Amino acid sequence: MIALVNISYLIAMLSFILGLKFLSSPSKAKHGNILAGTGMVLAVIVTLISQFFGFSVSINLLLILLAIVTGTIVGKRMSDRVEMTAMPQLVSLFNAMGGGCAMLLGIMEARLGTPPSSASLILLWSGLIIGAASFSGSVIAYRKLAGKQKDKRTRMIMYVSRILLVSFLVIPGLYLTNLLPLGLVSVTLILSSLALVYGILFVLPIGGADMPVVISLLNSLTGIATALAGILYNNTIMIAGGIFVGAAGILLTLLMCNAMNRSIFAVIGGKFNGSGVSSGD
Amino acid sequence: MLEFFNENQEMIYFLILCTFLGIEIIANVPAILHTPLMSGANAISGVILVGAIIIMQKIDPQDYVSLTIGTISVFLGTLNIAGGFFVTGRMLSMFGNKKKK
Repeated sequence: MIALVNISYLIAMLSFILGLKFLSSPSKAKHGNILAGTGMVLAVIVTLISQFFGFSVSINLLLILLAIVTGTIVGKRMSDRVEMTAMPQLVSLFNAMGGGCAMLLGIMEARLGTPPSSASLILLWSGLIIGAASFSGSVIAYRKLAGKQKDKRTRMIMYVSRILLVSFLVIPGLYLTNLLPLGLVSVTLILSSLALVYGILFVLPIGGADMPVVISLLNSLTGIATALAGILYNNTIMIAGGIFVGAAGILLTLLMCNAMNRSIFAVIGGKFNGSGVSSGD
Repeated sequence: MLEFFNENQEMIYFLILCTFLGIEIIANVPAILHTPLMSGANAISGVILVGAIIIMQKIDPQDYVSLTIGTISVFLGTLNIAGGFFVTGRMLSMFGNKKKK
């Protein structure tokens, strides 16, 4: 069984590499998408079999199957109905789903009981914070592209997001040194809600025209959250898939910035006077 | 921390190599493929679903709160994967049509 899992994960990893490679060349892009998708289906099915093979059918398995079937149907419907112009925000919405999944994973892991070492706690919380911030940030990016949310740029937002960034270091530090009189679950819940707020504040000041760049950045963050969760479970396909997306996503973000003739810092800072892209060329 | 490094050396090498591989494989992407590539990469990051399945297996069937959270997370992960690959497929098929015209 372990051999089957390992071989399938290896095949799935190769399909991700080749899929990304093909996706970056115009003539092979379609094959790349199908290849990566097939690898993903293989990885999911093999994981399901290896986790539940030999056990009697439990409510857990039924719920998973139900969630997978509805998820597939809803995903197919959403992507079939979307118009060409609305595709970037749909990508952002799907990315939010992945970030949300990473956040919920962290919460469940905390509810299961204390992970053994402080190293794994740090992994757990990093994945959780990145996932949650990517979730709320992607939702805001989606709303901006859909025209439901305007840019907001105030000093207040800047200060609050800095305080939040510091708190992501301080709260786990206090917990690990036993200075915080709270349980693991409550600390995890506090961290995830702070991260949700941070994600919103991170995207709010950024101009609507820069959203594709931001979505690419958030996408790579989801990849990193996936990789961190993969390290926690010692699961190769999650690490590999997550890191590929994380690394490729950051490069893609920089390439997109170059294509728009903007610097990444100008985008994140929400500046328009940097290189004057607004005066369309 | 040093202990962690010693115990997980192979994993750290793997991480570093994967990072460079991830950068190299998409280095020559033309601007027209930026959005489909982003969407495809987004679908691949849905591999977090594997983690959601693994953790669902560990949950006590009596713990309804965790079961609910787990079901939602599996649903979200699936939506990311399925939606991601389908929407990438649609984007790419539109490129095909444009070229024919």
